[in-house]
Amino acid sequence: MRALLHRHVLSGDRPGHPAVTALLILLLLALLVVPFAVPGTKSMAAASRIAILAVLAGSYDIALGYTGIVSLAHAMFFAIGAYAVAIPLAGGWVGWGAIGLGMAAGAVLAAAIAAAITLLSLRVQTIFFSMITLAVASFAQVLATQLRGLTGGEDGLSFSLPAALSPSFHLLPGRVLGVRVDGRLLTYYLILLAALLLFLLMLRIVNSPFGRVLLAIRENAFRAEALGFRVIVYRTLASALAAAIAALAGGLMAVLLRYNGPDATLSFSVMVDILLMVVIGGMGTLYGPALGAAVIVLAEYYLQPALQGLADALVGIPVLPALFNPDRWLLWLGLLFVGFVYFLPAGIVGSLRRRRG
Amino acid sequence: MLETRSLTVRFGGQAAVDGVTCAFHRGTLTAIVGPNGAGKTTYFNLISGQLRATAGDVFLSGARITTLPASRRARRGLGRAFQLTNLFPDLSVLENVRLAVQAQAGIGLDFLGLAARHTALHDRAMAVLERVNLASRAAVPAAALSHGDQRKLEVAILLAMQPRIFMFDEPTAGMSVDEVPVILDLIEAIRQDRDRTILLVEHKMDVVRRLADRVIVLHQGRLAADGAPEDVVASAVVQEAYLGVRAGDV
Ligand SMILES: Nc1ncnc2c1ncn2[C@@H]1O[C@H](COP(=O)(O)OP(=O)(O)OP(=O)(O)O)[C@@H](O)[C@H]1O
Ligand SMILES: [Mg+2]
Repeated sequence: MRALLHRHVLSGDRPGHPAVTALLILLLLALLVVPFAVPGTKSMAAASRIAILAVLAGSYDIALGYTGIVSLAHAMFFAIGAYAVAIPLAGGWVGWGAIGLGMAAGAVLAAAIAAAITLLSLRVQTIFFSMITLAVASFAQVLATQLRGLTGGEDGLSFSLPAALSPSFHLLPGRVLGVRVDGRLLTYYLILLAALLLFLLMLRIVNSPFGRVLLAIRENAFRAEALGFRVIVYRTLASALAAAIAALAGGLMAVLLRYNGPDATLSFSVMVDILLMVVIGGMGTLYGPALGAAVIVLAEYYLQPALQGLADALVGIPVLPALFNPDRWLLWLGLLFVGFVYFLPAGIVGSLRRRRG
Repeated sequence: MLETRSLTVRFGGQAAVDGVTCAFHRGTLTAIVGPNGAGKTTYFNLISGQLRATAGDVFLSGARITTLPASRRARRGLGRAFQLTNLFPDLSVLENVRLAVQAQAGIGLDFLGLAARHTALHDRAMAVLERVNLASRAAVPAAALSHGDQRKLEVAILLAMQPRIFMFDEPTAGMSVDEVPVILDLIEAIRQDRDRTILLVEHKMDVVRRLADRVIVLHQGRLAADGAPEDVVASAVVQEAYLGVRAGDV
């Protein structure tokens, strides 16, 4: 049973350390039961974000961790997927077809742009490649804010979802385990299911013969070429795949928020979050970025209230309450990240695996 | 058959390989000798595609391959082992060889199969590791091997590619004395297979005498001599190249 699960569902990818296995099981169980265990919009929003960002960070890891491609345009592909879903829905086509078509179009467009960037920067070195992607991403931000008619500019696009996904839809009368089975709940599980499937697909890809070639390219592209692998083809395919999956995650994000705008998916702070998730979780491990996504989202949602609680508990003691003042949450967030990178330089998963030898 | 015609590459104004015309016939082992900096490695780079020629051409089985990328040349049967060890350092010894087997089998664009399920690739890689006495180190990262074992792995990767043309660039350099025979025996074994062509850059004259059917001498990028080992090794050019004695100076 365990062997079957490991082989067919996880594509033979071992978590590599009991603690990683435990964390992954914990994360999955938590995501599955959150709507019932911790009812409320905040917890469900946080949980859906974790699921979506795990896919986004995982897709970035395919490029960065597995192939060694340092792109700074990954948030742009996320945004392309989100806009591709938001535009038809905000335009008045409120239907499943709009979501499906938006997802597909976003993925294809993102893959095409990623492939074009990789091919056009064929001969440049890593650092220049990163600069080029940064420039493209900045340009995309300008476009998104300028093409107001299409994207809604700075304000973005709000829209409604098909009836079955709207909060006023009730699948069952009354409550199940104290929770209304409404459109919101359906949306949550739909997103979770889609994210899970995408994640398993990525596990499959990195453990395929193709995935092994990506590792070879990361390790020594020159040698991979000498073996007979056309490096540029593999790099292009890896970028395109990563971009397409990021776009699908973006589509899910638009569905979750029933909104898309530059701040939600396109801004540099999204790109920084992606980088942090991958680095904190462990590059080139795929499981790591999923855990990294959980760390970042939990910190963003719960660090401030946690500090508030701590400050309240320490009232009367000099200095400490001020130190844990919830207004300083960004400072603590920064320290948390520095701590992670300092104490777990290969990320959560990478460092644990290494410790095990 | 492999052939170079007036093959030339210049770095700045300096020609590192200068108009080399030479044919390598199937089933022969040609040793390439010459002093340091003579252009031997550069000549290899031009043949296997790591460098592009400034002028001249490379032909493989009659087809012009001068401008093909290295990967296409490898798929046509040109296999190269490098003078400076050139491995996938963080991947296991087995995975290094398995990738070569995978490349040879032409399995690269399979996105959804499981690499681990291709047991035939794994078995072939293990068989190659047995041949170079590295099977017991299969699970170790390549970077953790001793220098001598890394050289063996470099050779194992070349074997795993099953090329028609084997290019060895000083395969035994830096190896301890007791490791050298393993590699020489391997090259000897490849040589028995009369379908294969071997190019061997080698400084040790006893090795050249033992293995080579033919020796060519490169000197300052030019083809300076070409002939049977016993003739060439004794010739003035090689004496000059290796001993710095100019035959005409005496
Ligand atoms: N990429 C390069 N750019 C500039 N010069 C180069 C380059 N590659 C080789 N050279 C020069 O070309 C000449 C030939 O070098 P090469 O490495 O081919 O010599 P070699 O015969 O293999 O020597 P060795 O026996 O030391 O390995 C040297 O002068 C070297 O400095
Ligand atoms: Mg050399």
